[in-house]
Amino acid sequence: MTKEKIEETFKRLSDEGDKAFIAYIMAGDGGLENLESQIKTLEESGVDLIEIGIPFSDPAADGPVIQEAGIRALENGVSLLDILNTLAKIKDEISVPYVLMTYYNPVYKLTLDVFRNKAEEAGVSGIIVPDVPLDEEAELKNGLRGSDIAIIRLATLTTSDERLREITRDAEGFIYAVTVNGVTGGQNNYKEEVYDNLERIKRVSPIPVCAGFGVSNKTQAEQLGAYTDGVIVGSKIVKIFYQGREREIKDLIPDKKLTRVK
Amino acid sequence: MINNIKSPNEAGKFGIFGGAYVAESLVATLEELETAYRQAKADPEFQKEFDYLLKDYVGRENPLYYARRLTEKLGGAKIYLKREDLNHTGAHKINNAIGQGLLTKYMGKTKVIAETGAGQHGVATATIAALLGLECKVFMGAKDAKRQELNVFRMELLGAEVIRVEQGTATLKDAVNEAMRYWVEHMDDTHYIIGSALGPHPFPEMVKDFQSIISKEARNQIIEKEGRLPDQVVACIGGGSNAIGMFADFIADETVDLIGVEAAGKGIETNETAAAINKGTVGIAHGAKMHMLQDEDGQLLATHSISAGLDYPGIGPEHSYLHDTGRAKYAYANDKEALRAFYELSRTEGIIPALESSHALAYVIKTAPTLDKDQIIVMSLSGRGDKDVELVKNVTKEGNTDD
Repeated sequence: MTKEKIEETFKRLSDEGDKAFIAYIMAGDGGLENLESQIKTLEESGVDLIEIGIPFSDPAADGPVIQEAGIRALENGVSLLDILNTLAKIKDEISVPYVLMTYYNPVYKLTLDVFRNKAEEAGVSGIIVPDVPLDEEAELKNGLRGSDIAIIRLATLTTSDERLREITRDAEGFIYAVTVNGVTGGQNNYKEEVYDNLERIKRVSPIPVCAGFGVSNKTQAEQLGAYTDGVIVGSKIVKIFYQGREREIKDLIPDKKLTRVK
Repeated sequence: MINNIKSPNEAGKFGIFGGAYVAESLVATLEELETAYRQAKADPEFQKEFDYLLKDYVGRENPLYYARRLTEKLGGAKIYLKREDLNHTGAHKINNAIGQGLLTKYMGKTKVIAETGAGQHGVATATIAALLGLECKVFMGAKDAKRQELNVFRMELLGAEVIRVEQGTATLKDAVNEAMRYWVEHMDDTHYIIGSALGPHPFPEMVKDFQSIISKEARNQIIEKEGRLPDQVVACIGGGSNAIGMFADFIADETVDLIGVEAAGKGIETNETAAAINKGTVGIAHGAKMHMLQDEDGQLLATHSISAGLDYPGIGPEHSYLHDTGRAKYAYANDKEALRAFYELSRTEGIIPALESSHALAYVIKTAPTLDKDQIIVMSLSGRGDKDVELVKNVTKEGNTDD
């Protein structure tokens, strides 16, 4: 029933004329024992869906903020298995859907069988694997076949129209639209091409599209939200937790009822 | 079985290894690179330019040298050294740097980036950037940069900008990550010259291609000198560009044993090692599936080798494949064995080898006496040891070579 939680969330938001606000946190940054309270804080701030980041030693798609959070988590001795075990214990306390954002190697090392069982037990609705593009997805997809876990795909500015059609075909959960050619957490003044690209992805995709990478304030979230079904904020939220300024999370979330996609 | 050992399939897979595990943003750039590479490979003008620079700029072909005194001292197989150390810039790295540098121009790009551990690939890239008029940035772990100050200056002297990477363990693997991050942001006008037979498709295939000149020459040379193929072909292996270049044209020769020699560091029984095949497991990092040193949670481990050029947790995907199929064997030598070999070649032949190459040499020194006198070993002397002299001096002073 977990995969459907994503669909239900987007359906509800759409019915309400609202967009999804998705928050990323690095599991284990600040101690795994605080994961539950971090998730609670996000829920109470009005977050609709949570991406739970899995720390990795070599995060080539991440900027400094998430890199450093990952290092802190690893220094706390946190592993993917620990995170899944923790989620399994607290899942009944969490009402919003949550997905994992992880590089492929921790999953591969755990083995896909174990990962699948543990992730299902942990109530995980989906998985985003930034270093597994469509061309390398078969192994992961086979491993998760018949499970309740959606594989959430990414589309970028450089994704061709033809490839975009392949990516959105049979896609699950939502499409993660990467707004920059770069890593997470960059400073951005989004250019016109970004909005054009979001419109392009939105036109092709049969499932919701959410924009992420470099979104760090409410204005940006509103602007990107106008073209999509939701926005993802990562580095900014990781930084807020690290600095203990959790009250500021709700200030990032746009007011209800943004304009619909034109 | 050997006939089944092929270059990668269209998806860049060597058996289960290789592939292109990269961010979606990079997919289009890798496709562009592959298309350009296939075109260049079929373009006689490109080949002509590559061959010309290898000859007149690098100084190829370099000799296959019969190490008579070493052979006699060891009393076993005849030892031949493929003298990559005589190349311009002092190692095999320049072969690939020239190939990819020309490819950069072929694609109409004006800038190159590279990662470097000890600085050899960084120097090679800075060199060809100067030669070809390309702007060059080299990413180097801050720890490595500190250990190799002279090479940092050398790169700067050649007009490159050296970016010290503080992230992670501040060594080679982190320099690779940071170069990847930079590349995603600048792929429009920048090519990333990966220095080893690593990374996402088509890099491992391409690097092999540009380095295969080593075995192409060596194979002809040994046939000319001995009238037959060697019994063993030996090369040191970190990421694996020298070894794959040394193996390439011998892979189809079933009678030739191929041996890659990994850096065991302080010993493969310790955690201070870089022996990815002998101690590692299969995983995915830096764009490819390969053997690598990782913990049970799938985190890459910090590595150690006296030779910075071998101090890397992974190994090129084709080597993983050659290992799995049994076509190549992967041995190892530790720091002390490499140091002893470093001295041995210096004193027996008057050739100071790179510490990387000294690992292959340590294996040869161990193995040659067990073989018959009519057997032949061809070893890649991948680089010269000038860059290591200071380090060896310091280590020797500490008395670390004795036990």
